[in-house]
Order: sequence, then C-alpha cells, then structure tokens
Amino acid sequence: MRGLWVVAVALASPVLAQGRSPSAELLLSESEAGRPGGRLVFALRSEPKTLNPVTAVDIPSREVIGRLMADLVHIDRQTQQTAPALAKSWRVSSDGRHYTLELRRGLRFSDGHPFDADDVVFSFGCYLDERNGSPQRDLLIVGGKPIVVRKLDAHRVTVDLEQPFAAAERLFDSNSMLPRHLLEKAQQEGRLAQAWGLGAAPADMAGLGPFRLKSYVPGDRLVLERNPHYWKVDRAGRPLPYLDEIVFLLVPSEDAQVVRFKAGETDLISRLSAANFAALARDPAAGRYRLEDLGPGLEYSFLFFNLNDLRGRLEAVSRKQAWFRQTAFRQAVSAVLDRDGIVRLVYQGRATSLATHVTPGNKLWVNRALPPPVRSLARARDLLARAGFSWSGEGALTDGGGTPVEFTIVTNAANASRVQMATVVQDDLRQLGMRVQLVPLENRALLDRVLQSHDYDAALMALASGDVDPTSEMNVWISSGPTHLWRLGASAPSAPGEKEIDELMRRQAVTLDPRERKRLYDRVQELVADNLPLIPLVSPNVLVGARPGLGNFRPAILDPYVLWNADELFWRP
Amino acid sequence: MSRRAGSTLALGALAAVHLAALAAGFLAPYDPTEQNRSLPYAPPARLRFVDAGGTFHLRPFVYPMAEQGPGSGVYGDDRRQAYPVHFLVPGAPYRFAGLLRGRVHLFGVDEPGRILLLGTDGFGRDQLSRLLHGAQISLFAGLTATTLALGVGWLLGTLSGFYGGWVDAALMRGSELFLALPWLYLLFAVRAVLPLSIPPERAFLLLVLVIGLVDWARPARLVRGVVLSARERNYVLAARGFGASDVYLIRRHIAPQTFGLLLTQAALLVPQYILAEVTLSFLGLGVSEPVPSWGNMLADLQHYHVLESCWWMWAPGLVLVPVFLAYYALSEALDRAGPA
Repeated sequence: MRGLWVVAVALASPVLAQGRSPSAELLLSESEAGRPGGRLVFALRSEPKTLNPVTAVDIPSREVIGRLMADLVHIDRQTQQTAPALAKSWRVSSDGRHYTLELRRGLRFSDGHPFDADDVVFSFGCYLDERNGSPQRDLLIVGGKPIVVRKLDAHRVTVDLEQPFAAAERLFDSNSMLPRHLLEKAQQEGRLAQAWGLGAAPADMAGLGPFRLKSYVPGDRLVLERNPHYWKVDRAGRPLPYLDEIVFLLVPSEDAQVVRFKAGETDLISRLSAANFAALARDPAAGRYRLEDLGPGLEYSFLFFNLNDLRGRLEAVSRKQAWFRQTAFRQAVSAVLDRDGIVRLVYQGRATSLATHVTPGNKLWVNRALPPPVRSLARARDLLARAGFSWSGEGALTDGGGTPVEFTIVTNAANASRVQMATVVQDDLRQLGMRVQLVPLENRALLDRVLQSHDYDAALMALASGDVDPTSEMNVWISSGPTHLWRLGASAPSAPGEKEIDELMRRQAVTLDPRERKRLYDRVQELVADNLPLIPLVSPNVLVGARPGLGNFRPAILDPYVLWNADELFWRP
Repeated sequence: MSRRAGSTLALGALAAVHLAALAAGFLAPYDPTEQNRSLPYAPPARLRFVDAGGTFHLRPFVYPMAEQGPGSGVYGDDRRQAYPVHFLVPGAPYRFAGLLRGRVHLFGVDEPGRILLLGTDGFGRDQLSRLLHGAQISLFAGLTATTLALGVGWLLGTLSGFYGGWVDAALMRGSELFLALPWLYLLFAVRAVLPLSIPPERAFLLLVLVIGLVDWARPARLVRGVVLSARERNYVLAARGFGASDVYLIRRHIAPQTFGLLLTQAALLVPQYILAEVTLSFLGLGVSEPVPSWGNMLADLQHYHVLESCWWMWAPGLVLVPVFLAYYALSEALDRAGPA
C-alpha cells in the first residue's frame, strides 16, 4: 500500500520538562520564548451555556472550551493549514479512506490521568452518539456514513471513511479529546449531554488543553488556571503555557466591552465593530493598547430573494417570485448596489466589497480571477429593460404586466451593521424605481421566517465559515443543504447554475488533488458571481486589540481570533 | 414671571413647535431621506460672516465640509469656496402639512454646497431636516393617541359611572385588566403579528392606534369618578325627575363636568405618548427606515461611538425636554384653572 507519512516538524526530539514523565513526547513551540507568570483578562459577550465540548454551540462556550481541551490534529489559525497536535503524525491510505494516527506518548490529562487510544475511541463515540445531539456529529458523517474510529494499540488509532474526503484531516480540529475515566459513566447512562454544565466542580473536569477550570462565579467570571500537565514546551525547553490564569469576565455588550478595555480592566478585545475600532484609535490614550486590523475575515454578508418552492402557499410572495427567479433581475439589483458605500458608511472603510461568497481573507481558496463588483446604474436599467421591466412616469419600476415592483427586506434588528446595510440597499434600489420596505426583525422571528415559514420577500443576512476549506460551505451550496437559505428543502436543483454548483461541490469534496479542487471551487465562485443565487455584499475586517505588553500576540482571522494561541501568550516585563 | 405669563409662554412654545412640524417640508432645507454617502456623521456646519481672508459679509455663508481621510470621522472646512445662504430657494419636492405640494424651501445654498446646520447622521442625511420631519411623526403620534385614549376612556368611563351596576363592574374589571397589562410587551407582540409589508405611514397609524387603545383605562376610571359624583347632584336628580332621557342627562349635565378633567389629562398624556412613540421607535418597533421620527433618530445613540463623539445626534432628545416642560406647564395651568 502506497502511503504518505506526515511527520511533525516540531517533533525534532522528545524534550524533557518538569512535571512530566521523562519519556513524554512533547510538542516544541517555534514561537518566541516568553516569561512564565501573570494573568490575562478577557471579556465574553455572554455567559457560556456549557463547558461540555460535546454539546457546545455558542461562541462563548467554545471560546472557553478551546482553552481547556485539545484535539488530535489542529488547524493552525495563522497558516490555515493542519498541524500535529495530540497526534504527532498520521498516514493516509492511497484510496484516501483510511487514516492511521500516531498519538504522543506519555501525555496526561489536567488531573494527572494518562491519555491513550481508549480516550480517542471514547471521544468520537460521544460525538457520534445521537443521544448527545452533538453539533459535530454532522461533520463526522462522510458519504452518508459516520466515520469509524478503532484502536490499534495504546497509541495508535485508525479512522475509516466511507469515501475519500478531501478535508479529512480538518475533521479532527475542534473535536476535543475527552477523559474516559471521568465521563464514561455518564455516557453509558445517556447523561453525557447534561455533564459538565457551568456549575461543574473543577475536580470533575479534566482536559488536555493549556488551562483547567479553577472557579466560576455565576453571572460574573470564570477563572482558568495553568495546566501543569500540558504537552507543549517552548524553544528554551520551558513548559507551556506561560500564563498562570485566564479570567473570562462576562460583559454583555460590545460597547461595555470597549469601555472595560479602555479602562484597562481587560487585556484583550476581539470582534470589535469598525466604529468602536475607530473610536478606540482616536482615543488620546491609544498608546495604552495595540489595535490590529487583520483585514477581511471569513464572514460574508449578502442579500437574497425568497426562491423557495412555495407550492401555492403565500400567494403574495409567490407572485413576486416571478421577478426574483429572473437572473437578470438579481443581476440588476447587484449592479445598482453601492458596496463601496456600505464599506464606507457601515464599516468606516474596514471591509471589502464582494463579488462572490469567498472573501479575500480566505487566501488559499478565493478566485482571484473574478473582477471586483462595479456599480452601474446604467447596466442595471439596461438589464431590467431587456427583461421586460419598464418605468412609470414617476420613475417607479413596473414589470411586464404593469405591477409595480415592491418588496420587503427583512434583517436582524439587533445587528446594527445589518440594519445600516439594509438602509443603504433600500436607498440604492429606490434609484432603480423599486419600492422597498425595510423590516428589522428580532433574530428568532427572522430565522423562523427564513428557515421555517418562508414568509418573506428578501433578506439581508451574513454567514461566517468556521474554516477556510470549501467543505465547510457544503451546507450552504448543495441545493439540499440545511443552510441553502434562499431555497430550502429542495430535493433537486432548479436553476441551471444551481445544478452545476451541486456537482462541483460534491466533486471537490472527494477530490484529493488540491489543484484540481481549487479549479472546481473557482468555478463555483464564478457561477455564484454570475447567477447570484445570493447577492454578496461585503466582508468586514476582523478587528482586535490587546495591551501592548502581551507577547506572542498573533491574532488570526479564524475563530477564535485572539485566544487561539493562549498557550504561548506571555507578559513582557 | 407670573403663572399666567408662564402658561402663555408654554402655549406659545407648543404652538410654534407644532407649526414648525406642520411646515417641516418648507423649513427643512433637504429631503430627510436623501443620503449623502461622503458625509457620514458630519458635525454641524458653522454659519459664518467672516471669510478666510478676514472680509465681513452681510449675507451668512458656510464652507463645505470634507472628511479628513475616509473612515476617520474627522471633518474639516474646505475654505476654497464659500456658499452664501439664500432664502426661499427651490429644492426637493415636499407636501406642506401633508396636502399642498411645494418645492420652495425657507433657506438653502447653491449646489453642490450643503448647509448642514445640525450635522448629519450615519448616512449623511441632514439632521435638521430629519428633526423637523421627525416632529411630524412624534408630535402627532402623541396628539392622535391622546385623542383616541381619551375618547375611548371618556365613553367607557361615562357609561360605567352613569349606569353603575353590572355595566360598571364589567367595565372597571376590564380596565383593571388593561392597567395590569405590561403594555410594552403587548406592543411587541402586536407588532410581531402584523404583516411585514406595511408601509411606514400605515405602521405609524397602527402604532398610534395600539398606543391609544391600550391606554383607555386610566382616563376611564378618572371620568367614572367625576360622573359618579355628578349623577347624584340635585340638579341631575331633578332633571331625571322631570323625565329627562339618559342621553340628555349625559349631554347636558354630566359631560360638561368631565371636560376640565379631560383637558388636564390631555396635557399630561400627550408627552407620555410622544415618549411611547420614541421608546417604540428607539427599540425598532415603530416607524421604519428611512422615514424619520425622534425615536428612530435617537436609536443611533445606542452605539457607544455615536453617544460619545456625535453630540448633534442628541438633538431629538434635547428638543423633547422643552416640549415636555411646556406640556406639563400647560397641564398645571389647566388644573388650577379647572373647576375644583
């Protein structure tokens, strides 16, 4: 069998470090060697719902759990490539269906209990168990079948896939390895989903991450302390992490977070809005912190029309669908939108206009051959005129049957940027003679209309991929996907471009040659830009800040933007 | 200042504010929905008499503003060209008091100059024009909702007080129910079930309708109290003895007793309902973009950076204070003047 061994570059030689067994195979960090000690304070937007890696969905939970836990293969947030973590190396069979992972030896959980292949098999069993309702479960189903994880010996496991899967290595990221010795009972009794809630005692928890739970004060803070059994060392051979403590404060709004950061009560801030970023940069005391604009992230905002198959329901909406279904209509809408205006007004210049759904932040996959969107009122009018639309004396757009073109745009009322964007869009469409109502809705009401009742004309929303790989976009672009927002629950593609996108997305997922995959995904982006099943608007920049003395601060555009290398962060003297 | 002078002043101020709202189209230099995307959050322009060269001009002028670096939010005057202010200039079309079409504005400057006396909002829309047009929505929401609430409250209160018995019991229990309702949440619920595609004008009407109809209970109970005591007066009993009908009794003898109360209540309720509109629009439940109201204009202040660095965005809030004070002064004057 032809195989490929991927060996950890960092694993030059096993390094000895205090508090670990001498034979432990530790990972050597290439980053700047720092100084141990100190604490880091970070504000969470809301209280984490749980500390259970199997059930966590919300961002705050994942932000905390990511510091407590570790995965087998990790996506390096900076290079966006996979890198060895708990697995020091892995081998893939020539047909791309079987992975053999070699675990680091001598590792211990944060409570001192040894880690081995049984924990790996147990962990994947938990993620795949339907009773636990884990959000990771869908990702671990490849080609319609769950992956199969088997133990070969104490330090080797194999993973079998139903079909070759291009992004298989990336599957392991963020699937935290769980301590079998602590959770097996709960799993057997079917109570795992309830385990490790926020009130869990620190003694009942253990992980392989750089930190472990120290204390939790409801509604106020969550404190993590250094894990003495962590499996990384720095260039000087000193054990990581450097920080003694990470304190997560609960600060419920972005504005309040900015005030706390400004006052020096927190050390890091992420997910800043452009307006607050500018306000902080203008502050006379700006020297007291370091602000970073990381450029476009992976979030893309877009306008889309209701293309659902309504089957006689919602008479008023289905009449308007006669316009929405016309590619020329959507192209005209796209042509008249002032994306640069959105960038300027809503994001103070800290965003990028998009022609397609892949943002320039996704350096590996974006199709650079696509021209940036150009605003042209003349082109928009021409497209509409050729599609049989005309203008009344007062400038109102009417379709071939004389019906004035009027529709509503729904968006999330709680998200100020979206409402602002929609206001710009509304004004732009007015120039085409379209009468557009803007309806900001409470988020749940919005999702209910878009996902369930399909009672809306058009919506302005945003999606952010968790990863750069195209497979993370499958749920959006496959016509039967759960996030195929504009046309949900479809059994088959309807529009011509849609069918080709379906095929391309399916093919790229099983193609193992990266260049060929890139070619396929480039074509997907072209089709999206031409047919506009959704109309891409802009991608906001990722904006973060930190105290200047924080060493190894290397924010990245992949989640979590600032804390991904918490194990390497340190305070300069 | 005497009390009389105080209430005259209050009345005068209110009349001026409402007239200004009626004539918003004429007084405002621009269309309140017109965006100027190169001037977001521009500060108020300074009206000048002395130019960069030190020469005095009798006709005031403004310098155009330019953002110093895109996204910086810092504006400076471009002193190369001055734009003198002209009066009665043609501009964007509007309707005077909602009826007469017009194009002439009280003042303005030549294009491409812009006169932004109260600065702009996040879309570069003229804040003064929005303030004036927003007054139409906010002030008239207050007046209309008050009329509705008092009308319904007066009718039910009178019926309840006059007939007593089971009518009274049913209506007053009903009013207690309405008093106990968490009205804000009720309005949330009502707004949520309304169809999406209601145009801003109709949304405004519905809003007023809901505010007015929910809040009839308090005036109804006050009116009932007055009616209860009025119907036992000797002249009412005498009229009844002479065979007067119920309608005659209410019209002739009872209703006049309640008018003083209604006026005082009106002066108290109007600001309360203006505030209700402001609250609802602030929360995004009221009048929707791009139509301005004081509430949705103030909603911008929910953002820290606006609150902190764009003081001109407070304008609707600052106008609310004197309007409320005037209304309360009026209510107090009415209370004192009314029958004890």
